[in-house]
Amino acid sequence: MLEIGVNHYLILSGLLFSIGFMGVLRRKNLLMLFFATEVMLNAVNIAFAAIGNYYGDLSGQMFAFFVIAVAASEVAVGLGLLILLYKKYGSLDLDVISSMKG
Amino acid sequence: MDMNMESLVYIALFAPFVGSMFAGLLFGNAPRTHLTGIVASILIFVAFLASATLAYHVATVGPVHVKMMDWITIGDLSIPFGFLVDQISVTMMVVVTLVSTIVHIYATGYMDHDKSYNRFFSYLSAFVFAMMILVMSDNFAGLFIGWEGVGVCSWLLVGFWYHKKDRPFEENPSISPSWAANEAFIMNRVADLGMLVGIFLIYWNIGSLQYDVVFEAMPNLADGILVSIAIALFIGAMGKSAQFPLHTWLTDAMEGPTPVSALIHAATMVTAGVFLVIRSNPLYSLDAVSGVSMFIAILGTFVAFYAASMALIARDIKRIVALSTLSQLGYMFAAAGLGAYWIALFHLAAHAFFKALLFLGAGNVMHAMDDELDIFKMGGLKTAMKASYWYMGIASFALAGLPFMAGFYSKDAIIETAFNEGTFIIWGMLVITAGMTAFYSFRQVFFSFHGEKRYEPLGFHPHDMYKYVLIAMAPLAILAVSFGWLMGYYKEFIYGLNESVQYEMSDHTHHLAIYLAALVVVIAIGAIFLAWKKYGGEGDKAWKRDEAFEQSFIYKLLENQYYVPKFYDEFIVKPYTITSAKFWEIDKAMVDGSVDKIGRACLKIGDTTRGMQNGNLSSYLNWMGLGALILVLVAAFSTITTESIVECLRAVAGKGE
Repeated sequence: MLEIGVNHYLILSGLLFSIGFMGVLRRKNLLMLFFATEVMLNAVNIAFAAIGNYYGDLSGQMFAFFVIAVAASEVAVGLGLLILLYKKYGSLDLDVISSMKG
Repeated sequence: MDMNMESLVYIALFAPFVGSMFAGLLFGNAPRTHLTGIVASILIFVAFLASATLAYHVATVGPVHVKMMDWITIGDLSIPFGFLVDQISVTMMVVVTLVSTIVHIYATGYMDHDKSYNRFFSYLSAFVFAMMILVMSDNFAGLFIGWEGVGVCSWLLVGFWYHKKDRPFEENPSISPSWAANEAFIMNRVADLGMLVGIFLIYWNIGSLQYDVVFEAMPNLADGILVSIAIALFIGAMGKSAQFPLHTWLTDAMEGPTPVSALIHAATMVTAGVFLVIRSNPLYSLDAVSGVSMFIAILGTFVAFYAASMALIARDIKRIVALSTLSQLGYMFAAAGLGAYWIALFHLAAHAFFKALLFLGAGNVMHAMDDELDIFKMGGLKTAMKASYWYMGIASFALAGLPFMAGFYSKDAIIETAFNEGTFIIWGMLVITAGMTAFYSFRQVFFSFHGEKRYEPLGFHPHDMYKYVLIAMAPLAILAVSFGWLMGYYKEFIYGLNESVQYEMSDHTHHLAIYLAALVVVIAIGAIFLAWKKYGGEGDKAWKRDEAFEQSFIYKLLENQYYVPKFYDEFIVKPYTITSAKFWEIDKAMVDGSVDKIGRACLKIGDTTRGMQNGNLSSYLNWMGLGALILVLVAAFSTITTESIVECLRAVAGKGE
């Protein structure tokens, strides 16, 4: 019988993080970028909770809570900004809303 | 009483400084105003009064030695700002401030129309201040500060008319004021290196630079060290007093305004070298350095003759006077080298008076002739400029050493010294030079003031200087006549200083003195008569230009100053310029090149990478992701490396056990 250990959680966390990271890099829609960052944050949360459990230390889970709280407020502010951007440009495509040129 | 004397020392020293700052700081940018000239003149006169009072104090009570403050105190080295007013320095102080006062007053008239009038007085007073530091310092470091200070002021003043254009060497041997100023400054740097070496040698071997400590310790030093110190210090003196082979700058320094030539390049600064030798008389009178002293005497004699020979044919009125200065400096060195320090100092003072008068007279002539310097274009000026004629006449009589004038006493004493020492070659050369001196100084007087009025066809309208300037010159004329009468008093005065400054003629010389003097006077009068015959006549007897003689080898040799400037130009200046140009190219390729490369590389990197800043958030995120990835990789890689190193070490340690 396969026992689920800390390594499995960490591999899951790593996979999720990579998926989120690829999303940040590849997606063009700002809303999708938000989703991707959420995925990355939650990947980290998994790692925190797993390692905290592994060491029998609650700090890891506490950090995870903090991250959830921060992510929630970020989404609240971010979505507000997104709505404003959408009203201004009529789109959330990054190629469309880029304005600064080097 | 002492406290009083101390403040007098500071007044004498700092009054010129205040004058300089007044003219320079307050009126530096202001349009010219006579206020600067008047205030500077008054302050110099105050310094003169303080110096004269100090001279009286030194004569009646004794030397004044004050310490103003500590200057450099590092480890064992302690150099205070100390000032010593003794017989030697007070003589210099009185001479410097007296001549400076008159030159300052003269300059208020002479520089009247110059737009840089204020700047001129700022420099001129700064020069007096530096000169006072030079003569009053009680240690070699202070002397060196003053030494460099007068050098800087000389540079500023020779190059005062820096805007004048360069002219080719054939047309004007001193090319331009700024060229002449640089020449003087650079040539003095060469000599100053020698002087610095001398000062370092003194410090290494004695551990102090204070005159009293140094001169007390000197007899205990090894002969070789003493000779090195004496030579090194004399090299410094050779530069400042323009002795061969560092003499060419002095005649070229005549590019400066005439009051500057009178004050700096005749009466005061150029005598600093003589002053240094006189100041170091306890060193130069030691038996161990008698060879160096003899060399000084021989070199002085040579320069006296050498400069006089060039003056015989010179056409530039200021150059004639400058060459005679050179020649008289040679006399002073001859006396100092033979051990007659007080006679050298006495001649220095006498020379300062009549030479300053001569220069100021030459300035009057230039002023009258619209800055024309060629005596061939003058003649018969005595009707137009009676006062200047008299002054020039008196000064030339004093320079020629005619009876009862200043030069008669001081210069004859030097010639007598040469006889007394049994150095008959030096004596003979000095006697011949005395004849040449009389000839060339009166050649110049007759050329400019007697004979046909050659200036008339050339359209000059000469007029004499302002009255007050002519009156201000009177003290110099009086001293040029009467200073020699004080010789007995002066001897008594300076004998109070120390043993080595004293010098007495032997009885044998004493008996012959009158004949020796008569011989010199007869030669001088003969030379003056010859000059009169040749240049003083009018009408039929008037001087006529001798073209054949001007083509002769000897004339060419003298006219080109024995080709020494040409030699310097060919063998020092030109190779140096070529080498500098080469080094400049190397510098451009290596130093400039590498800096330029770095700059260009930065530009190029910036140019290529600015494409990243395209304003697209997505691509920014990609770059950020790449950066994060690189950082993670670097962190991972470095962790592995550290761990593996630790492991390796452990393995090695385990084997050791």
